[in-house]
Amino acid sequence: MHRVYLDNNATTPLLPEVFEAMRPYFFEKFGNASSIHQQGQQARSAVEHAREQVAELLNCRPAEIVFTSGGTEGDNLALFGLMKPGDHLITSSVEHHAVLNACKRLEEMGCAVTYLPVDGRALVDPDDVRRALRPATKMISIILANNETGVLQPVSEIGKVATEADVYFHTDAVQAAGKVPLDVKETGCDLLTITGHKMHGPQGAGALFVRRGTLLQPMMYGGRHERSRRAGTENLAGIVGLGKAAEIAREGFADGSVERMAGLRDRLEHGIVESVEQIGVNSVGAPRVPNTTNIYFDCIEGEAMVIALDLKGLSVSTGAACSSGAIEPSHVLTAMGLSPDRARASIRFSLGKQNTADDVEFALSLVPEVVARLREISPVYKRVHA
Amino acid sequence: MPTSKTIAVAMSGGVDSSAVAALLCEQGHNVVGLTLQLWNQRRLAGHEGMPESVQGRCCSIDDVYDARRVAETLGIPYYVVNQEDRFEHDVVRPFVSEYLSGRTPVPCSLCNNHLKFDQLLITARQIGADLLATGHYARNEFDERSGRWVLKRPADRAKDQTYFLFGLTQEQLSRTLFPLGEMRKPEVREEARRAGLRLFEKPDSQEICFIPGGDYKKFLDAYLAEQGEEFPDTAGELVTTSGEVVGTHGGIHNFTVGQRKGLGVATGSPLYVLEIRGDKRQVVVGGGDELFSRTLRAKAVNWIAIDDLRGPMRVQAKIRHRHEPADAVIEKSGDDEVLATFDKPQRAITPGQAVVFYDGDAVVGGGWIT
Repeated sequence: MHRVYLDNNATTPLLPEVFEAMRPYFFEKFGNASSIHQQGQQARSAVEHAREQVAELLNCRPAEIVFTSGGTEGDNLALFGLMKPGDHLITSSVEHHAVLNACKRLEEMGCAVTYLPVDGRALVDPDDVRRALRPATKMISIILANNETGVLQPVSEIGKVATEADVYFHTDAVQAAGKVPLDVKETGCDLLTITGHKMHGPQGAGALFVRRGTLLQPMMYGGRHERSRRAGTENLAGIVGLGKAAEIAREGFADGSVERMAGLRDRLEHGIVESVEQIGVNSVGAPRVPNTTNIYFDCIEGEAMVIALDLKGLSVSTGAACSSGAIEPSHVLTAMGLSPDRARASIRFSLGKQNTADDVEFALSLVPEVVARLREISPVYKRVHA
Repeated sequence: MPTSKTIAVAMSGGVDSSAVAALLCEQGHNVVGLTLQLWNQRRLAGHEGMPESVQGRCCSIDDVYDARRVAETLGIPYYVVNQEDRFEHDVVRPFVSEYLSGRTPVPCSLCNNHLKFDQLLITARQIGADLLATGHYARNEFDERSGRWVLKRPADRAKDQTYFLFGLTQEQLSRTLFPLGEMRKPEVREEARRAGLRLFEKPDSQEICFIPGGDYKKFLDAYLAEQGEEFPDTAGELVTTSGEVVGTHGGIHNFTVGQRKGLGVATGSPLYVLEIRGDKRQVVVGGGDELFSRTLRAKAVNWIAIDDLRGPMRVQAKIRHRHEPADAVIEKSGDDEVLATFDKPQRAITPGQAVVFYDGDAVVGGGWIT
C-alpha cells in the first residue's frame, strides 16, 4: 500500500546523510569519549564537533550545550535543575507534558507554579507573564513552538520580561528546531531544549542549552560527563547524528528546503479548506512554524479519522502522541477556547523535509472522502442537518 | 463465507477474541482489530482497600499488550479506541447508583447494551468495516419466516453468554458475527494455538473488568472517595415481612437478595435477605422458604425473536447469569413492563438483575427486573 507520512511533529525520518555520519560510530569508531586511548580520543573529538554544530544552530558557545536523551530530559533538567522548594515558576497552559507534568511534580515538592492562560489563537501575553512575577519567582518556562498547533510564542518579549526581572527563562524549542531560526541571544533565554528526532536526527539524542554561569543541579549522578551536569557515557552515535541534523537544519533556512516545506503546508491547508465544509484551522492568523496545520472537522471524531486515514495509507495524528491513545481532549486546544467536541474533532498534519507535492495531493485526495463518510454515519452530524 | 469482507474484531486480549481474529484471517477476510479502552486500572490503585498494583481483566495495560501482540502475529491493523468517559457515564456511574439504592446491577449487560456494541459498530463503520465480530459464545441467525435476526444459545452451553446480550437491537445483530457460536472452548484454544498465538493457554476470567479482585464494596468506597463524594448514609433497620424490627444494618449496599451471611442477627433458624427497600433504608429478612417467588416484573424490555409481545407466551426465563432457565409465562402488564409467572417458585429474584426469556435456544427478549 502506498503510504504517506504527515506526522513529523511526532517524529521525523532520519536523513540518509545523518545516518551516514552516524554509521562509523557504531562500528570502527566505537570508543568511549572518556577513554585516554585513540578510540577514546576519536569519540571525544566527534562529541565536541557535534557540540559545535548544535551551538551554531542555537548561536551559543559549545560549552553551553549539554547533551541529553531528548526533549523530556532537557525540560526536566532545566526545571528540576534550578527550582527549589519555595521557588515560584511561571509557565503556560499550553506546554508539552514534559513541562506540565514536571511542574505538577514541582508543586508536590513545595514549589509554586502559575499556569498562564492563552488567547483564542493559543498565544501567551507577555504582559501576563510580567503580572505573574512574584518576589519568589525563580524561573519562566514557555514553549517556543507548540507541538499541536505549531504556534510560535512571543519568546523574545518574554525573554525581555525575564531579563528585567532577573529570573531564569527556559523555552522548550523541540518543535521549533529546524523549522524557524533559533538564536538564544535574540530570544534572551537562559535554557533551551531541543531534540534530534524532530529535525530528521536520531531518537534518543537531544541537547539543553544552559547559559554560562547558570548553576544547574544535575538529576543523575555518576562520572563528570558534560561538565558534571549530566552523568553517563555519551550516546556517541546519537550525538554525532544530532550534530549532523543540526547542521542540516541550519542550512535549511538558506537552501530553500524550509521554504519548500512551508509551501507544501500551505497547499495542504488551502486544499482542505477549499474542499471540506464546516472546518477551521486552529490558531490561524497566529505566527506558526511552517510545517504544521491543525484543523477541526466538525461532527467527526478525530480518533476515528486517524484510523480511517491510516487504513488508507495516510499517517496523521489527533495532536500529541500518547502511549495508550488520546484520553482527554487536547489541553492545548481547550486552553485556547475550543469546545471539547471541537478539540476531539481536530487533526494535526505535520510535514517534514522528505514530503513531496505528491504526498500533499495524496492527502488531499483522501481527506474529503473520509470526512464525508464519517459525517454520513455521525449521529451528531445528522442532528445538525435534520 | 465465499467473498472477502472487511470485518472489525473486538479484541480484549483474551483467548476467545484472539481466536476469532485468527479464524477470520484464515477465511481470507480483511480483518481490523479494535480494543475499547474503557477504564484506567491505575485510577483507584492505592485508594483505601484497593490493591496497589492491579491486574484487572479488560483494559489493563497487559491485555492491550496481548491484543496488540496477537494483531502483530496475524499481521492485521490494530487500534485502541478510548471510551473511558462513556464507560464511566454509562456503566460505572449506574453501577454505583444501583448498589447505593439497594439493587444488584449487571454491569456487563449495561456495557454491552449501551457501549460495547453501539460504539464498536460505529467505529467499525467509521473505518470502513461493515461487520463486527466478537468472541462471545452465542449464535446469531437470520430467520426467514419472521424476517428477524435471532440470537441463540451457543453450542458450548457452559460458556453461554446470551444472558449478557439480550439488549442487542436488530440493527446491531444484523451487523454482528459470533464466530465461536458453534465451537467449544477447547477447540477455541486449539485454534489459537494453531494460529501461533502465544496466549492460547491464558486463563479465563469471570470478574467484573473494572473491579480487580471482585470486591465491589471496596470499589464503591474507593470510587466515591476519588470523586470527592460522601458515601451516602444508607444505614437502617432489619425488618421481618410482618414489619417487626429485628436489628440494624450499616448500609443497604452491603446486601443482595438471597444473602444469608453478615446479617448480624442471631435467631434460631437461618435468616436471608428477602428484599431491600431503598427508599426506607430497610432490609427485609426472613426464612429461606420466603425467598421463593412465582412472579417478577421486568422493564426496559428488548425483543429479539419477536417484534412485540402480543399475548401470553410460554418461555424459559433466566434470572441471573448462573441460573438454569425456568418455565414461565410472560405477558404485558403495563407500558414497557412485562410480568413473568413461573410454573414453579424461583429463589431470590433480585431487582437490578436482568431477566432473559428463551424459547428453546432462541432469545425471545429480556429486560431488567424491577
